[in-house]
Amino acid sequence: MAIGWYLAVSVIIFSIGLTGVLIRRNPLVILLCMELMLNAANLALIAFSRMHGNGDGQIFAIIVMVVAACEVTVGLGLIVAIYRRKLPIDVDRIKALNG
Amino acid sequence: MAPVFFFIAAVGAIAGAIGVVALRHPLYSVLSLVFHLLSLAALFLLLRAEFVAAAQVVVYAGAVMVLYVFVVAYVGGAQEPMAPSGGLPVRILSLFVVGALLVELLIATLGSGLSAVGEEGAAYAPGFGSPAEIGQLLLTDFLLAFEVSSFLLLIAAVGAVMLARRRGGVDDGEVEGRISVAQLLSPEGLGSMAESVSGRSGVKDEPEGRS
Repeated sequence: MAIGWYLAVSVIIFSIGLTGVLIRRNPLVILLCMELMLNAANLALIAFSRMHGNGDGQIFAIIVMVVAACEVTVGLGLIVAIYRRKLPIDVDRIKALNG
Repeated sequence: MAPVFFFIAAVGAIAGAIGVVALRHPLYSVLSLVFHLLSLAALFLLLRAEFVAAAQVVVYAGAVMVLYVFVVAYVGGAQEPMAPSGGLPVRILSLFVVGALLVELLIATLGSGLSAVGEEGAAYAPGFGSPAEIGQLLLTDFLLAFEVSSFLLLIAAVGAVMLARRRGGVDDGEVEGRISVAQLLSPEGLGSMAESVSGRSGVKDEPEGRS
């Protein structure tokens, strides 16, 4: 399969993730959609790594996975903290940081 | 055979992604993401990234998703209205933004004129993407990134513990025992400008209520 097909799949997954971030209101689902976007970037990185026949892109993808794991940890910690304070789990109603 | 596997995995990945966005209950979204991640691991395998595919299945679809499932089970499925609070205009605007970005990214990647995009990929040495090669790259060329990411994981773990810690209410006297970094760096009684402005002398006068 040509590399372009993988890139097209990556672009489609990224767009779906962006849709979720824009239209969903539950922070858990928004975190999941950010995972989707990071995974789309991973797929593009690995496709380019294959295109060059070089392992550097795979290292990049592994580092992105580490960053995604950190983001998940902190984000879920925030959600648990929000839940403990009996605040609504809804990004449209938690707006003290709106500025 | 590779095109067949590619299309199965690609359709699975896209369907899983749509499921994450479209399903109402967060638990179903998480399960859909697990399906998406497994399909993506198959795509990684087709791209000769064996180690990344294995790490994806074990770390992502395994460990991280278990964390998600636990948090969904703890928080519970919120009865979330699907529509954004702005109503229909916001939804149409967001879909328009996404559509424009999709078209733009497709033009940028597929229409880039790179001849290699239309090919199968360069020739690769045997052992490409194997754990041995990834490990060698991580410990030689990318040692700094490796160490920094381990430090980042440590910071994230400590931060998550601090965030999700069970607080018995902020103002129940627990604050007394805490000390901030600024206090540690500049103890009271230094006679600094900030102390004189705030009126704290730094001399500990004995409070009456306490012994």
